[in-house]
Amino acid sequence: MSILQNPLGIHATALKLREQRTGVLASNIANVDTPNYKARDIDFSSVMAATQNNTMRTSHSRHIGVSNYQALQGDGMIKYRMPNGASLDGNTVEVNTENNLFTENSLRYQATSTFLNNRIKGIMSALRGE
Amino acid sequence: MSMLTALKISSLAMTAQMVRMNTTASNLANMDVVGSTSDEAYKAKKPIFKTVMENYSNSTFEASVQVKGIYVSDRANTKRYDPQNPAASKDGYVFMSNVNSIEEMVDMTNASRSYQTNVEVMNATKKMMMSTLQLGK
Repeated sequence: MSILQNPLGIHATALKLREQRTGVLASNIANVDTPNYKARDIDFSSVMAATQNNTMRTSHSRHIGVSNYQALQGDGMIKYRMPNGASLDGNTVEVNTENNLFTENSLRYQATSTFLNNRIKGIMSALRGE
Repeated sequence: MSMLTALKISSLAMTAQMVRMNTTASNLANMDVVGSTSDEAYKAKKPIFKTVMENYSNSTFEASVQVKGIYVSDRANTKRYDPQNPAASKDGYVFMSNVNSIEEMVDMTNASRSYQTNVEVMNATKKMMMSTLQLGK
């Protein structure tokens, strides 16, 4: 894939997905005290893999795959998170987990935006030919 | 724009937690209000939280929270024998409020913690938006 056909590469898709995930995690944190609210999440790696043709493959049973490490259940892109402990009011938000994932998501968002920035700068300097 | 919705979600959650904080403050303030009948004595109030869907499809999920209403606790008011009290009934009893101070303290701590978490979410979201606006500069 040439740099001019797809100048921003995978990073633009990643940034969009990170943004969607921010909304989902913010919803979970907002509804921490709502009875019967079920926490949801986007399984980033599997959604990302679905948007790409050349996904990371494992050829040995001991290779570390890209499978999700969080307990998520359900079909489609938005899945339900399995809580570590049940609560009496039917709410499955665990504020520590959500906080942790939100921070992780925002750091990764910043990283992706740094990658994008560097890429834009690279293209700009190639175009200028300085 | 997921980011702007995330900001809205956090701000609505803060509003809801503030309502909870206010009811807790009212309950604690009125803890010692007595009456000559069970209806005259103060009864604890609690907010009812409800999820409001902002955007919901198979690729987006954004849900805020709203206070649907306030319910009045139906826990029985205890009565105390206090014939000197001007509010006492004919047989000398006053009805105490049904506020449980420990329960209220727990609610207050919970509300302030949730509020803080939402402030942090808002700050982080703002930082993320700012970094996107600075792209290519």
